[in-house]
Amino acid sequence: MIVNEQVAVDHGLKRDEYAKICELLKRTPNITELGIFSAMWNEHCSYKSSRLHLKKLPTKGKKVIQGPGENAGVIDIEDNDAIVFKIESHNHPSFIEPYQGAATGVGGIMRDVFTMGARPIANLNSIHFGSPQNKKTKNLLRGVVHGIGGYGNCMGVPTIAGQTTFDSSYNGNILVNAMTLGLVKKDKIFYSKAAGLNKPVIYVGSKTGRDGIHGASMASASFDEKIEEKKPTVQVGDPFTEKLLLEACLELMAGDSIIAIQDMGAAGLTSSSIEMASKGNLGIEINLNKVPCRETKMTPYEIMLSESQERMLIVLENGKEEQAKKIFDKWNLDFAVIGKTTKSKKIELYFDEEKVADIPVNTLVENSPMYDRKWKKTKLPKKNKIKKEDLKHLKIIDVLKKILANPNVCSKEWIWQQYDHTVMGDTIQKPGGDSGVVRVHGTDKAVAASVDSSAIYCWAHPLTGGKQVVCESFRNLISVGAKPIAITNCLNFGSPENEENMGEFVECVQGIGEASEYLKFPVVSGNVSFYNQTKEEGIKPTPAIGGVGLIKNYQNMITMDFKEVDNLVLVIGKTEGHIDQSLFARNILDEKNGPPPEVNLFNEKNNGETLLKLIDNNLIKSAHDVSLGGIITAVSKMCIKGKKGINIKKPKYLINEIEYLFAEDQGRYIVEINKKDFKKVTEILNKNAVHFDELGTITENKLYINDKTKVTIDELSTSNKSWLINYMSK
Amino acid sequence: MKSSVITFPGSNCDRDMDVALKKYGFKNKMVWHADAELPKSDLVVLPGGFSYGDYLRCGSMASKSKIMQSVINFANSGGMVMGICNGFQILVETGLVPGVLLRNKYLEFICKNVFVKINDKKNKYFKNVDNEVLEFHIAHNEGNYFCTNDQLKEIEDNNQIAINYCDENGKIEDQFNPNGSLKNIAGIFNKEKNVLGMMPHPERMIDTSLSGEDGSLFFKNLINNLK
Repeated sequence: MIVNEQVAVDHGLKRDEYAKICELLKRTPNITELGIFSAMWNEHCSYKSSRLHLKKLPTKGKKVIQGPGENAGVIDIEDNDAIVFKIESHNHPSFIEPYQGAATGVGGIMRDVFTMGARPIANLNSIHFGSPQNKKTKNLLRGVVHGIGGYGNCMGVPTIAGQTTFDSSYNGNILVNAMTLGLVKKDKIFYSKAAGLNKPVIYVGSKTGRDGIHGASMASASFDEKIEEKKPTVQVGDPFTEKLLLEACLELMAGDSIIAIQDMGAAGLTSSSIEMASKGNLGIEINLNKVPCRETKMTPYEIMLSESQERMLIVLENGKEEQAKKIFDKWNLDFAVIGKTTKSKKIELYFDEEKVADIPVNTLVENSPMYDRKWKKTKLPKKNKIKKEDLKHLKIIDVLKKILANPNVCSKEWIWQQYDHTVMGDTIQKPGGDSGVVRVHGTDKAVAASVDSSAIYCWAHPLTGGKQVVCESFRNLISVGAKPIAITNCLNFGSPENEENMGEFVECVQGIGEASEYLKFPVVSGNVSFYNQTKEEGIKPTPAIGGVGLIKNYQNMITMDFKEVDNLVLVIGKTEGHIDQSLFARNILDEKNGPPPEVNLFNEKNNGETLLKLIDNNLIKSAHDVSLGGIITAVSKMCIKGKKGINIKKPKYLINEIEYLFAEDQGRYIVEINKKDFKKVTEILNKNAVHFDELGTITENKLYINDKTKVTIDELSTSNKSWLINYMSK
Repeated sequence: MKSSVITFPGSNCDRDMDVALKKYGFKNKMVWHADAELPKSDLVVLPGGFSYGDYLRCGSMASKSKIMQSVINFANSGGMVMGICNGFQILVETGLVPGVLLRNKYLEFICKNVFVKINDKKNKYFKNVDNEVLEFHIAHNEGNYFCTNDQLKEIEDNNQIAINYCDENGKIEDQFNPNGSLKNIAGIFNKEKNVLGMMPHPERMIDTSLSGEDGSLFFKNLINNLK
């Protein structure tokens, strides 16, 4: 095939990018080379629109062992233990083929983690669907949930937490973000940097087929009517092979034969080989005839661009090939020496004894395009004045029931019951809490993880929204008694070529950066997913934040279920009555304008750290952060989980009852304490200048407001639990 | 007491079972599926997981693996063999226990706590368990027990039903059946009651910090009955 500008454009490259390729090579690339460039230079692999802004994120900290740039981030959890973690998107494939798209998303992120030598110990996910009324939503949700379960369950890794939302902006672009945590010994972490000359380059895992060719390019384009035609670009997952690959890799890693290891994810053999060569400042030579293929007559182009799953590339010490092969034979996996490291600093590919590609590594990596895209700032919207008349006719309990049954608040048990969340025998906090918690096997330590996003806030004001998501992650970890350590982010946005979407990206990233800097909650890994749009319409900006924290003694973990009748309930943090962009404003008042709640980083940090102090002093019986739906929604969930009631007494604030109960002001937690500890608790709160309200007392099984209005917890529980089950069974 | 846990390619509850057995005093060995010989054991466990990816039919390929011939011989000579979840599916495929396991009635994987009623205590697995009802944990996609009418009659005549899904008071009703199993069957013995296959995972219920502690009752009792 003759390569020209049109062929390049068909590969998703821009005309000036093609010109740059010719200039760098000082010749016209052949088709294999063009394929390699298109794979390396697309948005998904090159981060060409985002790199400039991602650089501003804080990535360092005392506990950070490895920040962004490797397969995943690594943090120190003491005693020579480390946690490897990352979140990644698989949005485009999941919309085209929900089961396989979601499954391979989970498979891919687990591979990123065990590539670094860590055994995966927990999975999480953040999934977002179109409006429930959209005719595609139900099948997409079912397919994605089955896909996530199908892969994670088979791998035997518990899925411990997640987030599911519905919003019409995802009608044509669902989001599927998968996160994995792995456990590794600090001195046994593996990296992708190749080193040494003439070292054998090894291919292990599944055979290569024609599936997923150009997957990464597909993920870097918008959708149109013809998306169905893209089905063949979705990879097909085989969790069984990945389980074998995991065990085989960990067995090989127990020895000392690996120099570098890299999984074949997006852009398969192309990106894995180039990444290893680039990091090691070396060349790699590959004989493509040696690559194990599943189909006949595969061309060099196809072999290099295939995204067949469950494959790894390893640079081995000389002379260790036999020993390594034995391990992969035991696990019935392919093992082939396909090439070697060279000093040429080039990727040189041979096929049928002919050289089919010859590209300097730096042209693909350092010289890849980087754009400073135009972007538009979002002004802070004006606050709405809520009219007292609008609130008068509302009955609090009716509103509460509606909110508890709202698709974005309701219980997601139908989803997480389909995920094995207890395998490995260390899950001490299951899905449905503020964070999932797993013990570090055989120790007193536990790791908490949560994944959050607030697309509505980010859409209303990206800078505030970006900060808010990081704070929410911080709060979710603190609510279970964990000290927050670091985050991973999955940045889901529309087209970077659209100034508004790009503006949302830039300002969300700025917000994330400010909050993580202030809270000392650095970003150690992440992924950007642009072009989440169909035709001209982009999704609401949806940065998902995965937070990880440590509980030194798992016996001190906190859960959110109310524990004991007569205990006191406090609200930590001040309620100003911010209603704009709250679930109450949008769904009850039908008011969709206005600013999101303000984020005060000082209060976030101070309130959170003070609560951790209270937890360390064994003064907290249960805790839950206040988010969507405000105080009364948070309290109701604690009642439902603990099968207890509460008598709420609104403090004598100036704001009215409805604003107090449904406002979504930030930096707040609900906590349960024993009456006898009241003095100790308030002393600590006062000493740290933390505002708190006495909210009420725990009762048997009904919720009262000022001794009067009441509703049984069973009734609230039914509202909360039935929406999703009914929706899915219709 | 010596136990052996078999690891098949795709087993993923083998470590959990190892942890549980050791916690209650078994000297446990992990045995690779491709080995021919079973170590000397008082109990052999086929653990949960997705042996051979559940491809073809759950448990079918694992039932033909090399070690299984030794396991079958061991069982036929009266040895204690317990299959949990995927292990139960493998046992069914070997024919050591009767019946088959179909996909769950609602075609969805289920992971949750359930209650089971002990149907028969005249065996080494449940003898001397004080409780009539245990809280166990299930996590499976194919646990819907089924057999022919003739088989069912034989099973009932021989008292081969080990445990049934029920509520916390031991009431066995359709609404407490998580997966559509015939007669709410959660576990079943062979005729001689030395082989037990069950869907619930007692090894996930050995600690108050986990899903519960009724698994501890089961294991403590099991090792005492074997002594």
